[in-house]
Amino acid sequence: MRGPDRSLRPAGHAALNGALVSKILVGLKRVIDYNVRVRVKPDGTGIMTDGVKMSINPFDEIALEEALRIREKSGATEVIVASIGPADTQQQLRLGLAMGADRAILVQTDTPVEPLAAARTFLKLIEREQPQIVLLGKQGIDDDNNQTGQMLAALWNRPQATFASKVELSGASARVTREVDAGLETIEVDLPAVITTDLRLNEPRYVKLPEIMKAKKKPLDTVTLSDLGVDTAAQFKTLKYEPPAARQKGVMVKDVPELVAALKQKGLL
Amino acid sequence: MAKILVIAEHTAGKLNPATAKCVSCAAKIGGAVDVAIFASSADEVANQAAELAGVSRVLKIENPANTEPLAAVIAPQVVALASDYTHVLAPSTTFGKDVLPRVAALLGVGQLSDIMGVESEYVFRRPIYAGNAVVSIEAPADRKLVATVRTASFQPAATGGSAAIESPSVNAELPTHTRFIERSAAKSGRPDLQTANRVVSGGRALGSAENFNLLYGLADKLGAAVGASRAAVDAGYAANDLQVGQTGKIISPELYIAIGISGAIQHLTGIKDARTIVAINKDAEAPIFEVADYGLVGDLFTVVPELEKAIG
Repeated sequence: MRGPDRSLRPAGHAALNGALVSKILVGLKRVIDYNVRVRVKPDGTGIMTDGVKMSINPFDEIALEEALRIREKSGATEVIVASIGPADTQQQLRLGLAMGADRAILVQTDTPVEPLAAARTFLKLIEREQPQIVLLGKQGIDDDNNQTGQMLAALWNRPQATFASKVELSGASARVTREVDAGLETIEVDLPAVITTDLRLNEPRYVKLPEIMKAKKKPLDTVTLSDLGVDTAAQFKTLKYEPPAARQKGVMVKDVPELVAALKQKGLL
Repeated sequence: MAKILVIAEHTAGKLNPATAKCVSCAAKIGGAVDVAIFASSADEVANQAAELAGVSRVLKIENPANTEPLAAVIAPQVVALASDYTHVLAPSTTFGKDVLPRVAALLGVGQLSDIMGVESEYVFRRPIYAGNAVVSIEAPADRKLVATVRTASFQPAATGGSAAIESPSVNAELPTHTRFIERSAAKSGRPDLQTANRVVSGGRALGSAENFNLLYGLADKLGAAVGASRAAVDAGYAANDLQVGQTGKIISPELYIAIGISGAIQHLTGIKDARTIVAINKDAEAPIFEVADYGLVGDLFTVVPELEKAIG
């Protein structure tokens, strides 16, 4: 079922250090909860998902928190949360609304999509919503691809600021500090832009019960993936799933001299 | 036959060792391997890349716009080069992860992340769920394969090669919407964590940034790099670039000494390719002992100074 088209809804424009940001689009992926010990099905055809707790991808939760903070500082921006997934993904979008997003869009599909297809789908949402900032987690903790934000920025022909640990808006640009292997790197990107979040960008707020009640009244539009006319055919075929090779459990040593002797014997000291 | 383009990673005139590991992965796929270097001046790095065994050609793409590795600037240039290749590879470092998906999307193809094993030209193994599962993936043979390489899974390519160095002309429109401002790297004088043979790593049990300094003495005695668990980094005991684990650095040293680290799965993912793991923890039930080659139950504040002295 397709909800009302809200793309023409007037949005407040807000100045944030002179920045013009009216809309922020945030991607929320539904994933197996961070605390669940993921196991491979014995026949190697997939991951055991029956009765497993599902949550918002933790990196995406950080993305939403950052969007809310930008809105709070500026006063009048709109935060839209969007997800691609089965009907049950409404649970995660409602949680996003309870955290403080203004409205939600579910692009419904029962078939998992690859990152390129997800990026193509989000590009459609961008064309509809015209956000100035798109905030996504740097990676899903399920398939650990770390691709969608970069692909989206490429298809949109806009800047990408990946692995963000600090975001400062100024004028028509954003200064983003990125967590890179060598330390921290700061880049400046013109808006609109895609920003992907790293773990230390912020600490997401806890949702209180009244917010969950209020979130039930916030708009949640559903469109089907096929309605958007996006090519989502899978390019990669998963042949099999296996548990990781286990390390052999070693030996316990009773004290430092025994440890040092063992390491010396192995030629490690 | 495969024709593989490897995107080099480099800093300050030094080829990053991740590139040599990427070349090893390319060699396992088979076929001709070229290495592309994007820089303002690439001579120094090109000479190092040319020495890697198995490399046919080194391509220098010199442009002032390539002074800093900005994904939005490099990606269209990679795309311009890619037409001659069946595979485009980069290391799965923050550099490769930033650039390569942008390349793939511009080419209109998907990307394979974190190759840990090569089964054939188009079948690869990669980890998912923080390494809790490994999948075998078949990529379509009729499309260009764009992929990042999990460097901890490959040994660096040997040196002794003498590849031709060329400077192809690259026609690409380069955006100006992304500008480099600065990079702040912790200067320690210790080995680089990503490539060190020995790593001493600390966890939350260190209790404070001040106590964390205890590790540096031991690390210096061993000539080791210093790492940290996510808990220790989140608590502010250590800088973010020291984080070892699924969301930090994935490393494969000869010797890894985990001190006061309980061994959360996401941390274990970052160290499971270490040759020898030593765990020191006061909790005998800590999961780190399940993967450690040598475990010592004890108070780190006693054990570490004692160990430092014993190594003397």
